[in-house]
Amino acid sequence: MSAFALFKKDFASEVRTRYAINSLVMFIVVTISVILFSIGNEKISDFLSGGLFWVVIFFSAMSGLSRAFVSEEERGTTLTLQLIASPSTIFSGKLLFNLILVFAMNIVIALLYSALFDAFVLKNFSLFLYAFLLGNIGIAIASTLIASIIARASSKGTLYPVLSFPILLPLMLTLIDLTKQAMDGITFQSSYVELAILGCYDVVMIAASFMLFDFIWKD
Amino acid sequence: MSNFELKAENISKVFGRRLIFKDVEFLCPDNGIYGISGPNGAGKSTFLKIVSGIISPSKGTVTHLIEGEKIEPENLHNFIGFVAPYVILYDEFTAAENIHFFSKIRGINFTQEKFDFLFTHFGLFDRKEDLVKGYSSGMKQRLKFIFALIHSPKILFFDEPTSNLDNSGKERVYQTIREESKSSIVIIASNEDSDLALCSSILDLNKYKHSGSR
Repeated sequence: MSAFALFKKDFASEVRTRYAINSLVMFIVVTISVILFSIGNEKISDFLSGGLFWVVIFFSAMSGLSRAFVSEEERGTTLTLQLIASPSTIFSGKLLFNLILVFAMNIVIALLYSALFDAFVLKNFSLFLYAFLLGNIGIAIASTLIASIIARASSKGTLYPVLSFPILLPLMLTLIDLTKQAMDGITFQSSYVELAILGCYDVVMIAASFMLFDFIWKD
Repeated sequence: MSNFELKAENISKVFGRRLIFKDVEFLCPDNGIYGISGPNGAGKSTFLKIVSGIISPSKGTVTHLIEGEKIEPENLHNFIGFVAPYVILYDEFTAAENIHFFSKIRGINFTQEKFDFLFTHFGLFDRKEDLVKGYSSGMKQRLKFIFALIHSPKILFFDEPTSNLDNSGKERVYQTIREESKSSIVIIASNEDSDLALCSSILDLNKYKHSGSR
């Protein structure tokens, strides 16, 4: 309940300040436009199309998801949060906010991408949906944890994608693979291992996050 | 007799190679007003953050007890109130929204009566629907007291409590401190003689600087 109250505070703050939304929307539009311009009239392969989809998502996440903790640090309100809630409440509230943001952002990217790229055709939509669901959860958890780590660093902007890359790499590679399989129309049963990897990644990340966050948050 | 106790034993803090203070003993066994003094850089704010559980000491232990039972660190926030120049409230919300959000995040039952009383007492009732962005530094300081008191904490930490306040603001703060000390432990870190005059005992942190570095 406290975590949901923190989420509501963050949501109200975001509505007023547009701290993350503006940069996210601009980033999505610019990235997709650049890809469209660079492709021109060329026909790109299915695999490349699926890969580029997750590249857009990765960099969009890098531009917006660190805000959960960075905005608190920049405004000097980190101590205020420490005074009103336990570390697990803070992490849960911030994670909830990032989950909503990731899903909203990625649904917009998926819709734009489907409309603008002819090569992006999903033959097994339910497989893609599962991958999308588990992938978004993984991105949100990992991004929230990394944001809390880099929030107090002086070079946050650079550190965030650098630190995120190795942590998100196994997730991204699996997602690219699953997207390719969904585009090829491979059955759900044949992609069981990849889906299990995504599920395990999410479980490991959430467990590690709650274990580590106390230490990150305290000093 | 209070049911809350604070015990800080053998507290030392080192930042990098710089020793801030060493082997500080600080006990608050009962309600009252306790002071922490020392020149700039003595570590008053650091000590206050340590005894309030915000940061960890390099050495030593801090224990908060209620009715003899130790309070776990994850539950401590609902027992403490903290006012300091470095506590920042959300500029994009009104004063009332700030207090409402904080109360909901704390998970405490919000009483409108207490809310109205505190806003009236600190002279912000007519401005409670204004954005904090438009507040003067003195008004922000008053709002911090409302933030610290709304959940009726058992222990209050005030770092430079009268900074940015005019004479009437200072008098209201002193009145609040005297009133709260009847039912809570109040710890004041300050260099102001008028602030420290309220304290029944004062810890001088300058006596715990054994060396400049180690």
